[in-house]
Amino acid sequence: MTDNPSGIIPAVESLPLAEAATAEPQAAAHRPRGPLAKWLTSPAPWLNVSGILGFLLLWHLLTTVLRLPLFDKLPGPLETVGEWFSRNPTYGISVFTVEYYQHIGLSCLRVFLAFLLATALGVPLGLLMGWKKTFCDYTFPVLELLRPIPMLAWVPLAILMWPGRETSIVFLTFLGSFFATLLNSWLGVKSIDRSYFRAAASLGASESLLFRKIVWPGAMPFVFTGLQISMGYAWFSLVAGEMLAGEFGLGYLIWDSYILVQYPVIIIAMFTLGVVGSLSSLIIRLVGNLLIKWKVKEA
Amino acid sequence: MEIPSARPGEALPTNNPEPPAQSFPDNDPAPGRIEVESLYKSYETESGFREVIKDLSLSVTEGQVTAIMGPSGCGKSTLINLLAGYEKPNGGKISIDQKPVTGAGPDRLVVFQETALFPWLTTFENVAYGPKIRRELKGEKLDSVIMSLLRTVGLEDFRDKYPSQLSGGMQRRAELVRALVNRPKVMLLDEPFRGLDAMTRSLMRDYYLDLFERHKGTQVFVTSELDEGLLIADRLAIVTNRPGRIKKILDVALPRPRDESLRGSPEYLSLKAEALELLHEEALKSFKAGAVNSADFVGAYAAMG
Repeated sequence: MTDNPSGIIPAVESLPLAEAATAEPQAAAHRPRGPLAKWLTSPAPWLNVSGILGFLLLWHLLTTVLRLPLFDKLPGPLETVGEWFSRNPTYGISVFTVEYYQHIGLSCLRVFLAFLLATALGVPLGLLMGWKKTFCDYTFPVLELLRPIPMLAWVPLAILMWPGRETSIVFLTFLGSFFATLLNSWLGVKSIDRSYFRAAASLGASESLLFRKIVWPGAMPFVFTGLQISMGYAWFSLVAGEMLAGEFGLGYLIWDSYILVQYPVIIIAMFTLGVVGSLSSLIIRLVGNLLIKWKVKEA
Repeated sequence: MEIPSARPGEALPTNNPEPPAQSFPDNDPAPGRIEVESLYKSYETESGFREVIKDLSLSVTEGQVTAIMGPSGCGKSTLINLLAGYEKPNGGKISIDQKPVTGAGPDRLVVFQETALFPWLTTFENVAYGPKIRRELKGEKLDSVIMSLLRTVGLEDFRDKYPSQLSGGMQRRAELVRALVNRPKVMLLDEPFRGLDAMTRSLMRDYYLDLFERHKGTQVFVTSELDEGLLIADRLAIVTNRPGRIKKILDVALPRPRDESLRGSPEYLSLKAEALELLHEEALKSFKAGAVNSADFVGAYAAMG
């Protein structure tokens, strides 16, 4: 079916449906491949793999073969991977040690708590700011003043304010995440076409209905974009917080390994951060796609 | 131009065999009458003070289609916004059945220029939105009313599609039905078929005529296509160059039901000639006043004649 109205003969405009209804099962019969199978037969996976191999090769060349001064102290891929998957790791961290998972688990827990808090506060606040001008007039100047303050500048206050290291780290992570969520939720409401509000008002919607049926669904796409960005900021802030005040966690592990001259562990923790960061982002995207079916189905 | 005939088995909207009584379980509401008295509307813009509507008086008669035409920027959309209650006039009165208009409400429903279907709701949910939030109809009754309306416009198989999955013409039809299901006293249509290609547009007009002739509500229909205006309207109101007021109202006393074949009739042609002359006069004034797109407009009207 075409999106382009000009491609449709007027008198038979409802015909594409009839065609689609009969054509779809046939199409499905001779092309039963899902998106994954389609992707596997395209050149994309090969290019992906060669990209990764190329990166590893370059890394190997720079650190192990050429030993350039800049890369002199870095462990090469073989050394790192060997350590990462060793049953008996030299520095005590590999996929076979409990400590590795303790660091991952604690980092994830902190990010999860901070992200949850940032979402629970940032989304409603942002939606309300976009919806009610008076509320925006009160809150916007304060938030706009606080927003640009780099998260690292909050470290002393965070340590002074909160009891214990745990709450300070979660607070710092929350800060990083909060403003991105807030700003995008606010923009989400701003992006809703005025005619939707007008149409709903004509159809008899009350204020509370306008919020539930127009503001909330209309802002969703922006909200989820914001959540993905805020998740990125959360990991960024977490690592900084853990380096400064942590006792466990991947950020702490990186800094601790640096001080203890256990360089392969730094690389292991960094890659681990990359993996959990991507996974958390992926989860948000999947949840978003599930909730915003009307946007996904555009075809 | 003749409408291309449908494929075998595909009925044109105008000879849809379904009786009108099935579309609504109850009787259609009494159509409303709108009185507009010396309306005045101005805006404070960045480029200065701008009077959009000045001393506009108009009676929108009940149960008829009043088409509104005029040069671009003459305040047609502003008039619709004022009638709908989205904006407040700076002077003058608007009343519907003697009650002053104070805000938006389901007695006056608007069909917007580009579609305003909620993109996050399916076709069915969009149409059901009004009756549901006002708790007027529910359950099977709501379902059957909506489905019979969707059938009338050929959308019954698209009930669970989202607006982004519909073609432009389908979106406009869904929007017509979304307004109509609320049985408004007045429908306000602000160039509802704008942006559609000529073929889809003429089909949309037939769907619209069919719906109107079944439900006979009061209609205010803003258009920039003279043939569209003449084919659908009982009265054609010509608005002057900005600040807009009614220049003249032409009675379009052509027989109903109408179709394309009317376009050759002597009555139609003489009405068209009269309307063209009036429109051309206003277009020229708008051109002299230096409106940005008025040159195109003058050209367009020259081409129409």
